[in-house]
Amino acid sequence: MPTTAPALGDVTASDSTLRRFLHGLPGVDTVGLEARAASLGTRSIKTTAKAYAIDLAISMVDLTTLEGADTPGKVRALGAKAVHPDPTDRTTPTTAAVCVYPDMVATAKDAVAGSGVKVASVATAFPAGRAALDVKLADVHDAVAAGADEIDMVIDRGAFLAGKYMKVYDEITAVKEACGTSARLKVIFETGELSTYDNIRRASWLGMLAGADFIKTSTGKVAVNATPANTLLMLEAVRDFRAQTGVQVGVKPAGGIRTTKDAIKFLVLVNETAGADWLDNHWFRFGASSLLNDLLMQRQKLATGRYSGPDYVTVD
Amino acid sequence: MASASAFEYAPAPESRSVVDIAPSYGLFIDGEFTEAADGKVFKTVSPSTEEVLSEVAQAGAEDVDRAVKAARRAFEKWSALPGSERAKYLFRIARIIQERSRELAVLETLDNGKPIKETRDADLPLVAAHFFYYAGWADKLDHAGFGASPRPLGVAGQVIPWNFPLLMLAWKIAPALATGNTVVLKPAETTPLSALFFADICRQAGLPKGVVNILPGYGDTGAALVEHPDVNKVAFTGSTAVGKAIARQVAGTDKKVTLELGGKGANIVFDDAPIDQAVEGVVTGIFFNQGQVCCAGSRLLVQESIQDELLDSLKRRLSTLRLGDPLDKNTDIGAINSAEQLSRITSLVEQGEAQGAERWSPACELPSSGYWFAPTLFTNVTQAHTIARDEIFGPVLSVLTFRTPDEAVAKANNSQYGLSAGIWTEKGSRILAVASKLRAGVIWANTFNKFDPTSPFGGYKESGFGREGGRHGLEAYLDV
Repeated sequence: MPTTAPALGDVTASDSTLRRFLHGLPGVDTVGLEARAASLGTRSIKTTAKAYAIDLAISMVDLTTLEGADTPGKVRALGAKAVHPDPTDRTTPTTAAVCVYPDMVATAKDAVAGSGVKVASVATAFPAGRAALDVKLADVHDAVAAGADEIDMVIDRGAFLAGKYMKVYDEITAVKEACGTSARLKVIFETGELSTYDNIRRASWLGMLAGADFIKTSTGKVAVNATPANTLLMLEAVRDFRAQTGVQVGVKPAGGIRTTKDAIKFLVLVNETAGADWLDNHWFRFGASSLLNDLLMQRQKLATGRYSGPDYVTVD
Repeated sequence: MASASAFEYAPAPESRSVVDIAPSYGLFIDGEFTEAADGKVFKTVSPSTEEVLSEVAQAGAEDVDRAVKAARRAFEKWSALPGSERAKYLFRIARIIQERSRELAVLETLDNGKPIKETRDADLPLVAAHFFYYAGWADKLDHAGFGASPRPLGVAGQVIPWNFPLLMLAWKIAPALATGNTVVLKPAETTPLSALFFADICRQAGLPKGVVNILPGYGDTGAALVEHPDVNKVAFTGSTAVGKAIARQVAGTDKKVTLELGGKGANIVFDDAPIDQAVEGVVTGIFFNQGQVCCAGSRLLVQESIQDELLDSLKRRLSTLRLGDPLDKNTDIGAINSAEQLSRITSLVEQGEAQGAERWSPACELPSSGYWFAPTLFTNVTQAHTIARDEIFGPVLSVLTFRTPDEAVAKANNSQYGLSAGIWTEKGSRILAVASKLRAGVIWANTFNKFDPTSPFGGYKESGFGREGGRHGLEAYLDV
């Protein structure tokens, strides 16, 4: 079990110390947070900065398919696209990863073999997380055994909202242990269900204390997913966590980021909140499926001066 | 994998071609542009480049007299119009301002030096909002709480500063016209252009001649206007020194006066504050418009227990501020308005250092031409330091500490000024308890520098008297 960084003291010693710590974190003022996110959204990113941002964003995409109807063929196509996002332009960077259900990990692994593209898998009874811990751990073991480089776990929002922070903490540490040394762990909070910004900050710290390698906004399966404000808040959390413990944690907004314009706004948030150290796909990801095509179309537009259209990028 | 290099934003300048600045401008008297009687002119420059933008007629005493007479003639008809008719003109002006907002924003940035982000996103929307708001009052004056059919005062002589040229014009002209007064306005000598463009908007709106008159000039023009025996109301926004001179000038006359003067706002951060938002609020409080704001939160009072944490966050945040070309949409900090103002800031900052306060600025390259001052933070400041007492009117923050709420209130109130204050805490009861003890005209809780036409604004003590904005703002232009 990971121990808390000495800088923070033994805040995870008991239910009550953990609660006291999480509730002692600075509050979040909703109006101020959203205003800051909106004002960073007005940065004007043009020409060379835009070209840089587009390539960076492509390299940060976790190309995702999480449908009940996923087939091996679809996953193979997705893998091929992750390796060569734009078949007409081989200078296009690869995406960071493909993200699939555990039973598709082996297929995905095969599809991206040798490319450097990682395979992420949503284990732990995704997306509701409502299963016994044994079941969740079995899910993780399956995915890791099939070669997953990254595990995206959902937390038990019911336990979190009921104030059972230690239960959530214990689950995360158990999953982290199941990931072993080969897979990085992304912890999904489903921020839309946590409903307050104070809760999102507490969940972020809870996840990081428990050993998350990444903290992630959402599953993409609820009404409110990644927003500039909740991502800004999580970026503040990883920034403060590193300042206090020396440990750097990644951030992954997921769901609802569809356009290049939106993606660039998130990169501005990263740049001006956590800082340039996070402007790298080891520390920041986009959980998205339709974003990639818009990035590719904008990339073609910058290269050729003209819009091509959806038929000039692959559908999957 | 992309390398972790800095994300450099390419320049994103707003186009200058949306605004057409003439090589010279006259005075606006009785609906016409005219030369000054003695033919005097002065130049207005762009503070970010020192480029001469235009040559502007300088009004003398004779011109003031002409303008006041024109306003007096216009007053008879204008004040006799039904409120709903005056409202139509004001609504029309508000809509034209919205339509021309991009042009006006660029113009204001060129003439004043503040970032286009602020003129575009703060100044212009507020300017239009003020005209819309007071247009709405024009036909409802009977219901404003000042008795039935409150009467206008007559001719209003208005003198405004250079920090928010068009916004201060709106604060002054909109309530004056809504209540049936006519206006002679003197814009600041360093920023006359947007007022002259406003004169053109008045013509475009078909406003009757003489209702609004604009007289660019220096302090002597303002003095002549304030002194003029046929002016019924004086409204001034600017420095406390000039405010005192005006108060002396009008003492013993029957002129009504409102003065909106300097400030040394306290921004109080308690240990349970939402820290990240408080840092943003402190930054907005003192670096908005390069700190050239009378209600700037220029004194940061931070609870001792979180001093280090807050200062670290603040310094990190200041390092992300972008200083440079104000026309660039990504610029956060623009130029200081004039060489004179820059030297005033510089001299006060030198006094701060000489008196033992510790000065800090982020690494920041200043452009080679124009008037620039890097965002500056002073720690180890005490109430006895000049920089904790005098208004600097620049991007300079003095940091003081306190241990208890009572001490915070005592320090915040220990100032000759009383215009604004800010309170940062997650505890609602503390907001109310502290706010009720602070002697300041505007108190923001968990925010700073928020303006709205419906909200009255004004000061205590040497920050002046009278209120602008809201229903209260009508009173200054009515015989009540």
